[in-house]
Amino acid sequence: MHIELGVLDYLILLTYFVFVIGIGWVLKRQMKGSTDFFLSGRSIPAWVTGLAFISANLGAQEVIGMAASGAQYGIMTSHFYWVGAIPAMVFLAVFMMPFYYGSKARSVPEYLKMRFDEKTRGLNAISFAVMTVFSSGISMYALARLLEILLNWNFHFSIVVSAVVVLVYIFLGGLTSAIYNEVLQFFMIVFGFAPLVFLALKDIGGWSALKEKLIPVAAGQGYAAGTWTQSWVHMNNVKDNPMGVEWMGMVMGLGFVLSFGYWCTDFLVVQRAMAANSMSAARRTPLIAAIPKMLFPALVILPGMIAIAMDYSSGMQFLPMKDGAPDYNMTIPVLLAKYLPTGLLGIGFTALMASFMSGMAGNVTAFNTVWTYDIYQSYIAPNKSDNHYLWMGRWATVFGILISIGCAYLAANFNNIMDMLQLVFGFVNAPLFATFLLGMFWKRATGHGAFFGLLGGMIGAAVFHGLAIPGSATPGIKGGWIAPHFHFNNSMGQNFYMAIVAWTTCFLLTIAISLATKSNKTEEELKGLVYSLTPKIKSGDEPWFKQPAILGIVILAATVALNIIFW
Amino acid sequence: MKFDLRLPIGLLFSFYGLLLVIFGACSDPKNYDRSLHINVNLWWGIVLLVFGLGMLVLALRGRARKP
Repeated sequence: MHIELGVLDYLILLTYFVFVIGIGWVLKRQMKGSTDFFLSGRSIPAWVTGLAFISANLGAQEVIGMAASGAQYGIMTSHFYWVGAIPAMVFLAVFMMPFYYGSKARSVPEYLKMRFDEKTRGLNAISFAVMTVFSSGISMYALARLLEILLNWNFHFSIVVSAVVVLVYIFLGGLTSAIYNEVLQFFMIVFGFAPLVFLALKDIGGWSALKEKLIPVAAGQGYAAGTWTQSWVHMNNVKDNPMGVEWMGMVMGLGFVLSFGYWCTDFLVVQRAMAANSMSAARRTPLIAAIPKMLFPALVILPGMIAIAMDYSSGMQFLPMKDGAPDYNMTIPVLLAKYLPTGLLGIGFTALMASFMSGMAGNVTAFNTVWTYDIYQSYIAPNKSDNHYLWMGRWATVFGILISIGCAYLAANFNNIMDMLQLVFGFVNAPLFATFLLGMFWKRATGHGAFFGLLGGMIGAAVFHGLAIPGSATPGIKGGWIAPHFHFNNSMGQNFYMAIVAWTTCFLLTIAISLATKSNKTEEELKGLVYSLTPKIKSGDEPWFKQPAILGIVILAATVALNIIFW
Repeated sequence: MKFDLRLPIGLLFSFYGLLLVIFGACSDPKNYDRSLHINVNLWWGIVLLVFGLGMLVLALRGRARKP
């Protein structure tokens, strides 16, 4: 697998880097205090935060990974969008944003401190900070590997270039820089991939021809004819579809626990909305983001479906092979190389690189904020001047990226460590939404309840993982290290149920412990943090398309329609 | 707002559009065998150019409104 870039393509790539760094340079003069650096001075209009919100999530793992899933599982991958994203985004906008934005918390962990107590914040802040630098390192590693394979670039060179570019623009312009570049990257992805999808779809003969050609793909793997093109029909039994998931695990595990846990509590995305210039703009941020999110399957899943159809009709000649199976991760690069001529190839390739880098940048900005406000200012150096924290934020960016580089090399040399870490992150994240749900909607939830509920949920996840095992795996990193008791078809189904177990454990434990302990906050202190104690927002004089509730209903209705069309 | 984001977006995509249109108009049709004989550089270049100029117009109008 090799891509030949022309002079024009390199010119396009270089221009992009110049712009990205240029934006940071221009913004540098406006970084006067820590709020400018970490929160963009709460001054960004909704369309910008909205596109940045979706772009922060649209990292390369998303682009490459969703295309790979499109090839591997077909249209069922759309559940990650129409079940596993949109409902949670609407919920965040309508119900949760009033507390995040209204409380003036500067980060998600800080909200936990205001609502519960110091230890709950500490647990969340530290685990989140570790997670972000590792995620950023994994992005960096994946980018460098891809460039090594596709362009024969030197691995170390790619690491240094991507680290330096991201470092420079965040060091200069902070969160605003990251947000502006995410919006730029959003348009790059759309404009780079749209012609690719158009050409590939035209080549295969349109949607109905694609459906036809996906029948042998399903049949060849022992599934019913429409498995690759029907998203719900084959979900009654785990054995009927390649994902190995039935609708209950899908709706509860992915659609409820994992999706709400990610979209509603992950500071990486919530930070974008917190930078908005008003409460109304903050609430519209996830809704504006939901519109492109709803349509992205056409841009990222469809190419995967086309690629696997071509792979089968060409006798497995289209995708490169890896360990005896098609290398699904190469879907996008293969299509880029096949259809885009020099020129447009530069746009498509730059879009791909940009998405890796914005994935890193999103993590780095979330890291430097949580580090500076929730760890450094809380535990290491409280009561310093605002300038001092701005300085700290800049240097947190530097050492955050240095640790990321370390992680990238760790990933390159010890694959197991990375798998292990991602597993642990899974334990940490799964129960989080229960804590926030109870925190925002039940005033009786206490600090002890939240902390030990959260901890219990994490342990619950780990124990479940120790008892469950996917397919024919040997006990170990995949599960079953205590005793393989529950058998799953594959690790995705297992993950969904692990999330359900973790969430339920945390939910019940938090309630039980809260009832057994005394409230540690007065009702006055909880004003603006809990639903029943916060005055309702009146949105009477805004036009309907700016009202979150109405916008949310329209978006949900459209999502239901999409599910029915591709049922 | 810090500075109008539509300005750099407009500049970048106008530049890309212009580049692709010029290259598309001058390049050998053989280049486009792989893109199903469609001169995608030319056509998509026009789209990018229109988008980029549109963003620039919006940015300039936004600037005119604010003193």
